[in-house]
Amino acid sequence: MRELWRQAWTIARKDLTLEFRSRTAIVSALVFTALVLTVFNFGRDPTAVSTLDLAPSILWVTFTFAAMLALNRAFQLELENQALEGLLISPLDRRSLYWGKLLANLAFVVVVEAVGLPLFVLFFNVAVGHVLLPLLAVIALATVGFVAVGTLFSAMVVRTRFAELLLPVVLFPFLLLPLTYAVQATARLLAGRPLSEVVGWLRLLAAYDIVFVAVASWLFPYTVEE
Amino acid sequence: MTIAQKGRWLVITGLVLLGGVYVRALAFTPVERFQGPAQKIFYVHVPSAVTTELAVILLGLAGVFYLFLRDPRLDRFAESSAEVGTVFAGIVLTTGPIWGKPIWGTWWTWDARLTSTLFLFFLLMGYQVLRGAITDEGLRARYSAVLGICAVVLVGFIHLSVYLFPTLHPQPIVLKPSKPSLPPEMLLTLLLSFGVFLLLYTGFVMQRYAIATRRAEAFHG
Amino acid sequence: MLWAEGLRHAFNGGRVVALDDVSFSLTAGQTLAIFGPNGAGKTTLLKVLAGLIRPQAGSARVAGGRSAIGWIGHQSHLYGHLSVRENLLFWASLYGVPRAARGARATDVLARLSLTDRAEQPAWSLSRGLVQRAAIAKALIHDPQVLLLDEPFTGLDLAAAGELRSLLGALRGAGRVVVLATHNVDEGAELATDVAFQVRGRFVQYEPRGGRGPAEIADAYRRAVGETGGGRHA
Repeated sequence: MRELWRQAWTIARKDLTLEFRSRTAIVSALVFTALVLTVFNFGRDPTAVSTLDLAPSILWVTFTFAAMLALNRAFQLELENQALEGLLISPLDRRSLYWGKLLANLAFVVVVEAVGLPLFVLFFNVAVGHVLLPLLAVIALATVGFVAVGTLFSAMVVRTRFAELLLPVVLFPFLLLPLTYAVQATARLLAGRPLSEVVGWLRLLAAYDIVFVAVASWLFPYTVEE
Repeated sequence: MTIAQKGRWLVITGLVLLGGVYVRALAFTPVERFQGPAQKIFYVHVPSAVTTELAVILLGLAGVFYLFLRDPRLDRFAESSAEVGTVFAGIVLTTGPIWGKPIWGTWWTWDARLTSTLFLFFLLMGYQVLRGAITDEGLRARYSAVLGICAVVLVGFIHLSVYLFPTLHPQPIVLKPSKPSLPPEMLLTLLLSFGVFLLLYTGFVMQRYAIATRRAEAFHG
Repeated sequence: MLWAEGLRHAFNGGRVVALDDVSFSLTAGQTLAIFGPNGAGKTTLLKVLAGLIRPQAGSARVAGGRSAIGWIGHQSHLYGHLSVRENLLFWASLYGVPRAARGARATDVLARLSLTDRAEQPAWSLSRGLVQRAAIAKALIHDPQVLLLDEPFTGLDLAAAGELRSLLGALRGAGRVVVLATHNVDEGAELATDVAFQVRGRFVQYEPRGGRGPAEIADAYRRAVGETGGGRHA
């Protein structure tokens, strides 16, 4: 068990080192997030619709697209010099590979969200201070949901010809669920509803996470075996 | 008889029976009080939705068995179920608006059944797009199995979440055919319709499966 | 230390036979050189031995499992933005080399392959020959009992090729098992204790080298390959 975690951590550390050394992906993701938020600003009429009504959707659509970008690069890292082949020849447990990639993806998306959330607050003048902790919980749980299934699918599409197009098509139906829960929870938080109304959605998110992390880590070895 | 021929017979029988069900629906089943004659489309709409979900569940189960048994026939069945399921989803998504317009005044509504079927439709589309992008049969079968299993877990999760968290505002993504208490004649017509649609599903899948087998043989021969 | 039994594998719906009833076993100190034209199935055989491909029939086993195998193939498996040393440390970690020993092993293996002055360079900046040397270093870092090499001399200059040959000889002396696949008889003939000719998936000949030189083996190879109609020659 400890060995599995050690291996996963080795993979995650390697991925993050590569990611932050070459910097292209993270910078692109951050700029993209800012762009999407800007597009939303120009895509609405502030006199017609209140920001508070739209805010949860804006936030979560932005995060969904950012997560998609992050997921696309996860296994492309292994294409150069066929490193994936090397990983499979090594005694690395396949599940550790999944967990390692999952951790690295989570870290990547969290960095993007950590910049995206303040930008969102800034651009749309939304007060989140009073609900920051529960909001962070919603973001954390939803992100795990996105990345759990996304890591599994990105391993599959990386071997196909149109990986960047294919991943959204295959993944979006699965993201709709955590997205819905997250938007519902966020809307209630921002509207100042009591926490008791939000807890149910948090539980749903947690349940989704547990189920899909389990299923994805069980299925992952089947996507990388020859 | 070959599978294809048996399938064809089932489909023909099914269509004839469907006609029979409709005669019953139109002539011998009472007209619904609030919705009028347009409600009769219910007898096609609801069974189609259930059949779509059945198609998804079966392809997911085929996926589980494929991962353990690696029998390519399971993958061919899954492929067939997906295509047939898409057809039935299409039926729901077209009959829904046709039913909806006279009753609710709008072509589309995000009601439970239409939304969940749209959702299943996207799952099926993703499944088939993924299949189309992989040329190696073994890889395609394995990846389809993985995706199919995830799809079934997702559908199951949605159902369960409705039972476990009933106090939440009814989410649009609920696949529970709303069953208002139906008078016995309507219920019977509905059940007959379910049976017919099952026949149609089986017949179509058999024919499609035969095509898949023919294709595999041509490729290997 | 290495067993293969009745291996069969075909691609493309059975049309391309890569392995056709291949069976053999190797003990410590043996070096098997597999010669065959391109498409004969040499790479497939190595991949089956490495556990990358599950054969459609038959089985293969290496004593000690994956941790006992060192692989040198067509691709280097190196990460471009990591330095040579970082690459080695990463792979050492995956292969279970204890943390305390990793640094020393890396230094040692870098020295053996004359890569010490390039150790901190990112892998993307290395020339083809240096990349191959780094790949060899990566294969050796965990001191594997079995080495699987797929056309390892490709891209190596004369000096580097000579170094690789002496390295393989040393490994054989140290009791390791080496399986070397190549289409070029000159490269592997001297190193081998046993020689196999693979054509269209089958071992058409498998015997000890028995002191024959490269020229004789090349002759035997041409005869064997010619007899069975051969395949595509390199």
